[in-house]
Amino acid sequence: MRLTRDVVSGENRRKLRDISGEEVASCYQCGKCSAGCAMTGMMDLLPHQVIRLVQLGHIEEAAASRTIWLCASCLACSARCPRGVSLPNVMESLRVTLLRPGERHLDPAGLPAEVLENAPEQALVAGLRKYT
Amino acid sequence: MNSCPELLRPCWQGFFRADEDEWRGVTASLPPDGGQGLRERRMRYPYFPGCTLRAKARGFESSALASAGALGVQLDELPNWQCCGATFPLQADNSFSLVSPARTLASARKMGERLVTLCSACYNVLKRTNHVMRTDADRRDKVNAFIEEDYRGDLEVVHFLEVLRDDIGFDALARSVKVPLGGLAAAPYYGCLLLRPADELAFDDPEAPHILEDFLSALGCRAVDHPYKIECCGSYVALEPGDLASGPSRMVVESARTRGAQVIITSCPLCQYNLDISQQGARGHSGVGVPVVYFTQLLAIALGLSEDVLGFEGHVISPGPLLRSIGAMGSEATA
Repeated sequence: MRLTRDVVSGENRRKLRDISGEEVASCYQCGKCSAGCAMTGMMDLLPHQVIRLVQLGHIEEAAASRTIWLCASCLACSARCPRGVSLPNVMESLRVTLLRPGERHLDPAGLPAEVLENAPEQALVAGLRKYT
Repeated sequence: MNSCPELLRPCWQGFFRADEDEWRGVTASLPPDGGQGLRERRMRYPYFPGCTLRAKARGFESSALASAGALGVQLDELPNWQCCGATFPLQADNSFSLVSPARTLASARKMGERLVTLCSACYNVLKRTNHVMRTDADRRDKVNAFIEEDYRGDLEVVHFLEVLRDDIGFDALARSVKVPLGGLAAAPYYGCLLLRPADELAFDDPEAPHILEDFLSALGCRAVDHPYKIECCGSYVALEPGDLASGPSRMVVESARTRGAQVIITSCPLCQYNLDISQQGARGHSGVGVPVVYFTQLLAIALGLSEDVLGFEGHVISPGPLLRSIGAMGSEATA
């Protein structure tokens, strides 16, 4: 991983801070977020590793990770973060860097019939808002 | 996205209470002596149902409204409410998703000083939006300009559990129980939306909550403590292909089941769905399933209300056999 001033303090990182309202620089990588996350079993990067990439300005790499789509915004991590970083806001800012230009993570028409039939409306509304 | 409204149309059918007859049926099922002394100090609150309670979680609403009525609480549905958005937007630079919940809050304020919710997600989104409208002048002005209101967050968003605890009182609730659920081992499941973020919601202790335990004790149940009661069920990740929410959900169910829980209670339709459906495969292996029900369904049973208000349907693990086996359901229990 090549680190230069342009990458670490680049425009992308500033943009992400505007979207998330979070200052990731205060994270000291204790890993408490990853220790308490319910979804880590399916993640390619642990939550604190995503934050590390953002700290280093590697926004595209962080946004390419599966982790950002597995974050369920349950706030267990931010409730326990000793540095007051709200990781779910950072995950959401990474998702929207892809979604705002038009990428769609979930195609509503592709949802299986049994999900449409059985899933509560709350799941559909929340999922479409996080994934499209 | 043009395909979306058409695709979701089945979900919206019967959304607003078109069938008034069905509703009168629910009201008529209240026992004439329900609540007794509590009826004398009847309380009325504006109430926000939310989308899921009018579609997939009808039993949650019918059992709650009937129980509230029996306990002397009248919940008056807000006129012209709209979906809260189901998830609180986490983007600091975009306030558009606050418009819909803010509109609901502003209209509720015209009806009273409190707004009661049942669904955990509605509670979370409305209360967090209210916090923004109360504390963040910039975003408040922006949202108010759009909805043409001057709403300042001076409304209290409360969950029905808080009404039970603070207005009715768990002691008074215990005295209203007609069908004691003695011996029923019930595991409370809070999930995330009732508790976090704690500084905004201030609902209960965020790491060691006990309101559901106290509620269960009032009904005469044995509350089963388990380490996953405040963990996430996987939430909307349930929409991802590959059954991804079932892992975390199975952990929750197993943590309750291995500690002897016969039933799990929740106030979130998505938790109910995720925990229940995660047992689809497991049921085949072990033959042991733990039914997941809304807390108001146990409440309605304990208050001796008609089984018509329970609305158990579409469960992977049906609660019927368990509740009949302990005499909590069946003709003799509701006669």
